[in-house]
Amino acid sequence: MTYHLEFSALLPYWQDLAWGLWFTVVLTVVSTVAGIAVGTLGASARSFGPPWLSGLVRVYVELIRNTPFIVQLFFIFFGLPALGLKLSETTAAFIAMVVNLGAYSTEIIRAGIDAVPKGHIEAGVSLAMTRLEVLRYIVLRQAFAKIYPALSSQIVIVMLGSAVVSQISAPDLTYAANFIQSRNFRAFEVYFVVALIYLVLSILLRYLLRLIGDRFVRVG
Amino acid sequence: MSDFSFWIILKNLIWATQWTVYLSLIAFVGGGIVGLILLFLRTSQVKWLEVPTKLYIEFFQGTPLLMQLFLFFFGVALFGIEVSPWMAAGLALTLWTSAFLTEIWRGCVEAIPKGQWEASGSLAMSYIEQMRYVILPQAMRIAIAPTVGFSVQVIKGTALASIIGFVELTKAGTMLNNATFRPFLVYALVALIYFCLCFPLSWFAKRLEGKLNVAR
Amino acid sequence: MSLVSIRDVRKSYGDVEVLKGVSLEVEKGDVVAIIGRSGSGKSTLLRCINGLETYQSGAILADGIEVGGEHANLRELRRHVGMVFQQFNLFPHLTAAENVMLAPTVVNKTPKKEARAIAAEVLAKVGLSEKMDAYPSQLSGGQQQRVAIARSLAMRPKVLLCDEITSALDPELVNEVLRVVEQLAKEGMTLILVTHEMRFARDVGTHLVFMHHGKVHESGAPKAVFAAPQTPELQQFVSGIG
Ligand SMILES: Nc1ncnc2c1ncn2[C@@H]1O[C@H](COP(=O)(O)OP(=O)(O)OP(=O)(O)O)[C@@H](O)[C@H]1O
Ligand SMILES: [Mg+2]
Repeated sequence: MTYHLEFSALLPYWQDLAWGLWFTVVLTVVSTVAGIAVGTLGASARSFGPPWLSGLVRVYVELIRNTPFIVQLFFIFFGLPALGLKLSETTAAFIAMVVNLGAYSTEIIRAGIDAVPKGHIEAGVSLAMTRLEVLRYIVLRQAFAKIYPALSSQIVIVMLGSAVVSQISAPDLTYAANFIQSRNFRAFEVYFVVALIYLVLSILLRYLLRLIGDRFVRVG
Repeated sequence: MSDFSFWIILKNLIWATQWTVYLSLIAFVGGGIVGLILLFLRTSQVKWLEVPTKLYIEFFQGTPLLMQLFLFFFGVALFGIEVSPWMAAGLALTLWTSAFLTEIWRGCVEAIPKGQWEASGSLAMSYIEQMRYVILPQAMRIAIAPTVGFSVQVIKGTALASIIGFVELTKAGTMLNNATFRPFLVYALVALIYFCLCFPLSWFAKRLEGKLNVAR
Repeated sequence: MSLVSIRDVRKSYGDVEVLKGVSLEVEKGDVVAIIGRSGSGKSTLLRCINGLETYQSGAILADGIEVGGEHANLRELRRHVGMVFQQFNLFPHLTAAENVMLAPTVVNKTPKKEARAIAAEVLAKVGLSEKMDAYPSQLSGGQQQRVAIARSLAMRPKVLLCDEITSALDPELVNEVLRVVEQLAKEGMTLILVTHEMRFARDVGTHLVFMHHGKVHESGAPKAVFAAPQTPELQQFVSGIG
């Protein structure tokens, strides 16, 4: 019993793939930017905030890091409406992604902050800078340079993880794949091609992140 | 009435948790074995062994785990073999895990100073002997913390098996939600159970990491 | 009134009292050299002066500003009290010039161009004009420490605190840093320095302070004190140095 692979069966659906790809790219870019913003605030609060805030951030980080993304997504999309907070698929997907990456980047950036020698903070303070100025001009700059590779890997992981948003019918690349295979019954071909698209996407993303790193994130 | 369904929900979720645990164990142990073999190939310095290993790792690290599950679930069926969600999930998660473990362990092997290779090499040891008696015993020490840390990713990864119909914790949550219409409670409980599985491992990994830094 | 006035300052870490009632008056233009054994409280005293450490009782006034207390205006204080550290603490992500320009632009809101002129001026003063655009990792220890001095000078401090600023340097690099400090002293800068360089303390200092067990154990004009130490502890300390 032989099966003939029939990749041309995808051709009529190239537009669906393109739209799905576009959604995945936008989702990744937006949640990266917002997630890192959340992470920066979170890490700063965790390291320099009052104990209650620091503790709160810690709970957030541990909760997210120790539960699957798909459960977070379902909780936000199916669970929150029970509290009267109704979200569209797309909104829920974006929120879940930001919340997720926010927690991971909080942890990563905090490690970078911890690695900044205490003496640098004292030097900044001795130059009459406020704590916020020290944080902004001295600590975070160095912290980012140190953790940039780790943060980049996490961004790629989150991009790949975003495939799960298809499960709440957010129209991403995987959603497109599911749709196409339900039409042409060529599941293997469809998922194979889409897997390759993800592969190219992750290689490009890594490359792009390295370019950005070389350009903007450097230490001496 | 509402208390009644709370206990039923909880009981069913805890029952389903065993499948999450089994699947995690299979993926972790299987992934560890495959990963160890790949580690030898990847660090062998033999080009024709290294390149395919690299491609394998690139594929499993560079594509979504969900895609891999779909590919196994629908792909293996093409060869006329009946695949259960159980098999597809076990296989995909094992290979996915092996790729990550190989990379983690390779980092640990590469952290061992070159002098150790040179010293053991000049004692006429073969590559396998060098790994077995000199490099791995040292690399293992630093590998424990990140390996334990990755086990958390494996447990969370098993949640995706629900999508191809494998009934574990997440799938049980979805089914219970459909039956009880209490999504907030159901998914909060599901999250809580995952947390109880994962947090001790995360905590342990962090502690090991801290200990190692002090020891060095 | 004295530029820096320290009155009966006590400080403890937990149960351990590290400063046990230290008093010291520093006038404008003084060069105060603080010596003493390891653990005698020299660094702690210095760090109390610019508010890096808090103290439990007594008072410190620097340039008329009270250092201790809940609502101390530390920012205002630190604009006038510079500090140079043993470990340099240059910011590795910034060039020498950027290290120097950071505080003027951020704290004093000096325009970039003007700040760059200040950087050029103070870096010239420490003999590093041609290293303005070098990163700290590209500089020797002695050069890094001179940049750190320049960085403090850029805020035009009224007094400069130096905590063993040559202790982390290779012996052959010590002199280039000491020469810069000596030049500052000659120009009338008020300096409080903790040092292990006894010759430097004697030749450049206008006052010598010997700390022992958290107290000022002996003090006076450096040459006289070194020539005839009064207390057995200082005698021992001086002879121990050889
Ligand atoms: N953060 C701290 N917590 C607890 N004890 C401290 C702390 N900093 C300093 N000490 C203690 O206070 C005492 C005085 O320390 P200090 O650093 O002022 O000494 P020092 O005279 O500068 O010594 P050295 O010549 O070694 O630099 C020491 O016994 C030290 O152990
Ligand atoms: Mg000291």
